Amino acid sequence: MDQLLQFVFSGLTVGAVYALVALGFTLIYNASDVINFAQGEFVMLGGMVTVFAHAAGMPLPLAAGLAVAVAIATGLALHRFAIEPARGADAVTLIIITIGASILIRGLAQIAFDRQFHRFPAFSGEDPIALLGATVLPQSLWVLGGAAAIVAALRLFMDKTLLGKAVRATAANRLAARLVGIDTALVLAIAFGASGAIGALAGILITPITLTSVGVGTLLALKGFAAAMLGGIGNPVGAVAGGIALGLLESLAAGFVSSTYKDAVAFLLIIAVLFALPQGLFGRRAIERV
Amino acid sequence: MQRRQILAATAAAALCAAVPAIAQAPIRIGSVLSVTGPAAFLGDPEARTLRLYIDRINQAGGVLGRRLELILYDDGGDATRARTFATRLVEEDRIVAVVGGTTTGTSLAMIPVFEEAKIPFISLAGGIEIIEPVKPFTFKTPHTDKMACEKIFADLRKRGLTRVGLISGTGGFGASMRNQCLRVAGEFGITIVADERYGPGDTDMTPQLTRIRNVAGGVQAVVNADFGQGPAIVTRNFAQLNIGVPLYQSHGVASRSFIELAGAAAEGVRLPAAALLVAEQLPDDDPQKRVVMDYKRTYESTQNQPVSTFGGHAYDGLMILIEAIKRAKSTDGTRIRDGIRATRGFIGTGGVVNMSATDHMGLDLSAFRMLEIRGGNWTLVD
Repeated sequence: MDQLLQFVFSGLTVGAVYALVALGFTLIYNASDVINFAQGEFVMLGGMVTVFAHAAGMPLPLAAGLAVAVAIATGLALHRFAIEPARGADAVTLIIITIGASILIRGLAQIAFDRQFHRFPAFSGEDPIALLGATVLPQSLWVLGGAAAIVAALRLFMDKTLLGKAVRATAANRLAARLVGIDTALVLAIAFGASGAIGALAGILITPITLTSVGVGTLLALKGFAAAMLGGIGNPVGAVAGGIALGLLESLAAGFVSSTYKDAVAFLLIIAVLFALPQGLFGRRAIERV
Repeated sequence: MQRRQILAATAAAALCAAVPAIAQAPIRIGSVLSVTGPAAFLGDPEARTLRLYIDRINQAGGVLGRRLELILYDDGGDATRARTFATRLVEEDRIVAVVGGTTTGTSLAMIPVFEEAKIPFISLAGGIEIIEPVKPFTFKTPHTDKMACEKIFADLRKRGLTRVGLISGTGGFGASMRNQCLRVAGEFGITIVADERYGPGDTDMTPQLTRIRNVAGGVQAVVNADFGQGPAIVTRNFAQLNIGVPLYQSHGVASRSFIELAGAAAEGVRLPAAALLVAEQLPDDDPQKRVVMDYKRTYESTQNQPVSTFGGHAYDGLMILIEAIKRAKSTDGTRIRDGIRATRGFIGTGGVVNMSATDHMGLDLSAFRMLEIRGGNWTLVD
């Protein structure tokens, strides 16, 4: 029992990060149909900028704020200089552009920072908390709480603000949105900026546990993409559920089946789910428009 | 005015006298290192060490009266690129010998090129496959993963601990060390009661460690075979789960950054490593004391960063090669090879090296020291 609980805590923490990356994918996909494979680099920037700003003497909250600002600027620049000029290109071309952008961002980060692994101190100490026979790091609670807060804030923004409603309208039907006077270019920029911010926050929350380096983005982008597909690409609830599910699958597979094949087990299950539900767990059916 | 002319003339004459020695073509030494990429923390200090010492040797007059010229390529940790650069070193750069090959993967990719060209190759990677079976022109300076297992198991036997949980990364080094540990465990009366693994980018190993903790019959110690960030996370998860048995790491984490990344969780962790890490703590009569202190001072005063054992391997490789060239009095590949094989009692940062036709590494278990991390520092325990 305590063993199961330990696996669940582990899976939830990792899953929360996958969920945030998947949420970033979803935001941009909804606004522009682009699968942004540079999503992992936002997570990397969040961690690395905070590490270096903190090492340069900045207090942690300020360093984290700077990291979020850098990631937002990167997201906006990605939209302005890479996606916008290729407007009208087909989806595959845009995906290739984002892969290219992610390589560029990683390369620049390698020059600006270094190639070593880094971390900064956990927000509230490192003494594990014992809970029903399992142990949790206080930072894991920060990750879970932070992820929940980000999801709630995004939900509020989408439901309650005019801008959020414009984003949703654009996601539903871009042409119609433009016809009623919504500035879709602005909506796109907002989606990229918000994705950058969410990615950076994920990076800041997780770095004290998982460490960071300029190379961490690639794998996270893949896992986040898998999570978004599992949940149903384009559905924010699905993205969060998919992320948590993938994290839990990995840790339970490592714990109960075999740590050598845990990734294989997790991905096999995802394939099985997608066979049964091609649109993902929460995906809407594609309706062919005539 | 006149005096100045005389001075200039004297200087010119002196220069002319020195010219014959310099005018000879330099001895070209090749190197392919992973200066960037995932193994950069190994390749970077190696490259710095080679540049630093080749400059120093040239200032002191070179070798056989000739200058040394270093031709260094960065493979970024990619074995295919390493092989391309190896071919270029042989065919275009006309090097006489090679020091380098940061990882086991890149070294193995380059071996066929140098073997075919009969060019001596001193690898700086850990994997035992590089020198076993012995290949005529291939050598290596770092300790092998098999020796790390033996050193750890010997220490466990001394402490009376026999039930061991093994957790290893699935990368090249981790996988190879895992195999070696499984192979030699029996010889030391060690039972491997758990054998868990994790992937290269994994960020949480608590499930694997929980399995080890809960293994039927219990564990008495845990051994982690890997390098890079994985061991730091394992060490932190290990402390989080409060498993309460000794944790052993390998020589793959023998750098300052491991202690920084693992933080307080690193306290009490033991690992086998070269004497270089504890240079100051060595007794004065230790044969390695002078060499490691000298290398440490030279490196740290010029590079403004703490010394690591990986740069030490490059130092050993370069010095063994230069002694061999002096011994061979030639830059012919086969004669240099024979010179390297004749290395006896060479004191390097990695240990005392005795090469032979059947041993192309020349280190024994005495080259490894057992260290424990205490108060955020390496401490010599035997």
